[in-house]
Amino acid sequence: MIQFSYERATTTKAAVSALANNTSAKFIAGGTNLVDLMKRNVMAPTKLVDINAVPLKDIQQKNGKTIIGALALNSQVADDKMILEKHPLLSKALNAGASAQIRNMATVGGNIMQRTRCAYFYDTALPCNKRQPGSGCGALEGANRMHAIFGSSAQCIAVHPSDMCVALVALDATVVVAGPKGERRIPFGEFHRLPGDHPEKDNTLQSNELITAVEIPDNAFSKNTHYFKVRDRASYAFALISVAAALQMDGKVIKEARLAMGGVAHKPWRLLEAEKSLVGKEANEATFKQAAEIAMQGAKAYKNNAFKLKLGPNVIVEALKNAAGLV
Amino acid sequence: MNEAFFDKKDYKPLDRVDGHLKVTGAAKYSAEYVLPNMTYGVLVGSQIAKGTIKSIDSKAAERAPGVLAVISHLNAIKVPGYQADPSKPAKPAGGPQPLRVFFDNKIYSNDQPIVIVVATSLEKAKHAASLVKVQYDKEVHTTDFDANMQNGVLPEAAKKNPKSGSADYDRGQTTAFETAPVKIEAEYIIPNEMHNPMELQAVTAHWEADDRLTIYDKVQGTKTTQRFFASEWKIPEQNIKVISTFVGGAFGNGLRSWPHETAAILAAKQVKRPVKLMLTREQMFTMVGYRPRTWQKVQMGATKDGKLVAINHNSVGQTSSYEEFTEATLSQTRMMYAAPNVSTRYRILPLNVATPIWMRGPGEATGAFGLESAMDEMAHAIEMDPIEFRLLNYTESDPDRNLPWSTKYLRECYEEGKKRIGWNNRKLKPGSLRDGEWLVGYGMGTGTFGANRGPATVKAELDMEGNLVMHCAITDIGPGTGTAMVQIASNTTGIPTEKITFHLGSSEFPNAGLQGGSSTVNSVGPAVLAACNALKEQLIAMAAKKDASAFGSAKPDDLVFEKDHIVLSEKSSAKVALSDLFKQNNNRKIETTQESKPSENRSKYSMNAFSMHFAMVHVHPFTGQVRVKKIVCCADAGTIVSPKTAESQMIGGATGGIGMALMEDAVMDHRFGRYITKDFGDYHVPSHADVPQIEIYFVNKPDLLADPVGSKGLGEIAIIGVAPAIANAVFNATGKRVRELPITPDKLI
Repeated sequence: MIQFSYERATTTKAAVSALANNTSAKFIAGGTNLVDLMKRNVMAPTKLVDINAVPLKDIQQKNGKTIIGALALNSQVADDKMILEKHPLLSKALNAGASAQIRNMATVGGNIMQRTRCAYFYDTALPCNKRQPGSGCGALEGANRMHAIFGSSAQCIAVHPSDMCVALVALDATVVVAGPKGERRIPFGEFHRLPGDHPEKDNTLQSNELITAVEIPDNAFSKNTHYFKVRDRASYAFALISVAAALQMDGKVIKEARLAMGGVAHKPWRLLEAEKSLVGKEANEATFKQAAEIAMQGAKAYKNNAFKLKLGPNVIVEALKNAAGLV
Repeated sequence: MNEAFFDKKDYKPLDRVDGHLKVTGAAKYSAEYVLPNMTYGVLVGSQIAKGTIKSIDSKAAERAPGVLAVISHLNAIKVPGYQADPSKPAKPAGGPQPLRVFFDNKIYSNDQPIVIVVATSLEKAKHAASLVKVQYDKEVHTTDFDANMQNGVLPEAAKKNPKSGSADYDRGQTTAFETAPVKIEAEYIIPNEMHNPMELQAVTAHWEADDRLTIYDKVQGTKTTQRFFASEWKIPEQNIKVISTFVGGAFGNGLRSWPHETAAILAAKQVKRPVKLMLTREQMFTMVGYRPRTWQKVQMGATKDGKLVAINHNSVGQTSSYEEFTEATLSQTRMMYAAPNVSTRYRILPLNVATPIWMRGPGEATGAFGLESAMDEMAHAIEMDPIEFRLLNYTESDPDRNLPWSTKYLRECYEEGKKRIGWNNRKLKPGSLRDGEWLVGYGMGTGTFGANRGPATVKAELDMEGNLVMHCAITDIGPGTGTAMVQIASNTTGIPTEKITFHLGSSEFPNAGLQGGSSTVNSVGPAVLAACNALKEQLIAMAAKKDASAFGSAKPDDLVFEKDHIVLSEKSSAKVALSDLFKQNNNRKIETTQESKPSENRSKYSMNAFSMHFAMVHVHPFTGQVRVKKIVCCADAGTIVSPKTAESQMIGGATGGIGMALMEDAVMDHRFGRYITKDFGDYHVPSHADVPQIEIYFVNKPDLLADPVGSKGLGEIAIIGVAPAIANAVFNATGKRVRELPITPDKLI
């Protein structure tokens, strides 16, 4: 860990200007990922701006939207009465992530900003284009059981580790950010990026911008949602594959559907075509299998993660069955 | 000492005597000692698996704030005890260090410690360590076990001694398998598994004088550590003090001394200040041993009605290029069942990796995965209940050594376990049971481990208030040794437990061996017993001076403490106040030091502890997730002297077994010879959500041939057999036989 300076900001404006002239400065809130990365010399910010005192913790309902402050804790959101009522999928996804201790520290903004858990990214003795552009992708021909089956590039096959983000992308959320020029709103699906030739860039946030909130538009999905996460142990493990499913039912018929996957790509992976295939159909195993098949089109496996091609559709079907109340 | 004595006084559950210290943080662990002038060491590890160090650029590190020294082979002081040329691989332990840290430029494994940075704070040392730049001359390394298995060799020990446990073994006809009516043959693999105790390995080294060393060290044997470093630094044993009062789990990786300890001692001598060194979690994967990756092949032949005809069991285990690590992977196969024809072949495969070390239930836990899985495969092949199959091949004497068992109550374990797990619900045909979407299965696995015992000495002092204080060099890595010894002393004397103190974990105390191999209660317990009885004899002699008619012919067994008196039990109403007795001694305390040693019974009987583990699992058919829903552990471990901590120890073992069966896997990228999973995020051990109800049953019958306490040891049999029990339950649920651990979801879809 290198020597760094530390300061506290108490307003969004102060926080943003504290980063203004220093590209190696970083915001810190819960620190559940950044501190690990600093300890392993993966990230070496010369300045930390502590934003915990910025008033961005509230969860409110306004103008047909649920607005979640970026500093709301993962556990706070998961247990929030309004969230449980209006967006139970988000609560389920949050509770499937990390451990109770980490959820008590980690913030919504930090969850969105967390970096991949690819082991090559974490070990400075190994190649990783995300950590050190041009050094190569260690995972491409290495240990890649946990890695991407969608949207990867020859430069990077890492996955985004968040559960929360899978639910947020399914729920058409928007990320609200503040920068030197004011506020910017980014649709959740466009916030994270695919690795392409620049895997060092996880997302489209500029280095001097701060996430202030996440907004979820009102929806009719509160009754039929499920977050199905398959992992190597019952708690505190990243997803092999997870699926967020939300259905709006009209009797036995699906009126609208939202579907997204985690553990499969550099970003939370929305399954728009599969969603379309569900609309207007009866909720049954055949319908779900067909959607799963559509969802998996274009998937590509590496040496150790071919099982995801088989597991993926199974988890989609299970998530939909659970969401539809068929289990 | 007789059996009746134990019948008379059952051991009652007792809270840990040091529990309060532990939960309040008052217990001091090796990294928690604060010494004047303390400095902090951080190790830099090699980034290649084989080759030599070309250069080390330490200028930036040396200039960094607070740095006192950057020590490598280029500038390290000489360690006087290093072997001149350890060209032949040596057996681990016993010292001096085969991997001579900071001795030359040779690299034997990835993350081998090559530099220690010493600074005035941990943070400064860490930062400086990140500035050290090392250039290497790489050589082609070999770390891939699977690709090189054919290069396994017979260990040197077996070459020298054909009767050694790792030598080739044949009983009966070696061709019997070929002609057996029913045959199964299967290969099994366990990955490298890491001990990963909660407490990181830590040492604080302090040279109190040029030839006097004190180390606060996380070890499983204070005396063995003392001897090791005495030989390494060529100073008298009594000049080395090893303090290890509390150990936050070890599971085997404190059984020997490691290069990081030498590094800290060397650095402390070089900077002439105490050095504290604590490994990082990642370094726990590379510097302090592991359970070695092991391949096994079992050929098993039986008659159609379930009589074993032959077992051929071969294994290859991983070791380093500089040490021959061996373990008893195949020993159970030779003695567990009444098979007339048994052959075992044990090989080790040297690779460019660090040396393994015994991990809980060492080789036996590995071997049991092969043997007990194969037993299940055979039971399935002949369509027989796996317990019935085992009972048909139950052996009333040791077929390997051809000796009677001192005791064996495994039958009781089968019977009780069956009831508790609900074995009658099990269906012979796999995949027959469901609970909602989940498939349900039942499995079992047997474990055994030698009832080991070594010499141990305990000093005991009694004062006129009736306070009993004992000392012994043994360590307590978590099972609750202090608690067990207090219970033995209380049971022997009648002194209430709250008036008894057992001091342990210092080489200054009377001799004891390692805490390992399930031998502590069996070894130290008898010394406690002997010391307590010796004190009683002194008291009887003192009492006889007052009341010769009552006490003149009394024996220690007759004497019991009652409040501030001693009384003669039952037959007599004779009673003397302690204060009266101690007047004879000018109110000074009385003391004794007693050694207890294994008896000649050891050559007349085979002495083993036995366990039976039952598992009930749910398997999700579409996603391959396994949930262990219930575990029942039944143990024939002789007398249970501390029921509460013994139960905890069994629960811990079963939990470790869940990890072994379903999660633990240290994955290496062989292109770099470097571990990929090396923290608790990637290397999975069971979380609370993975641990179901675990029920424990002890037969609790003393084995007084094994030792006068009647204990046969518990630590190892707590885990041996758990992994196959779970794997067999998964097969029963799904019909899928997973022969390579861990059983992760991808292997079941």
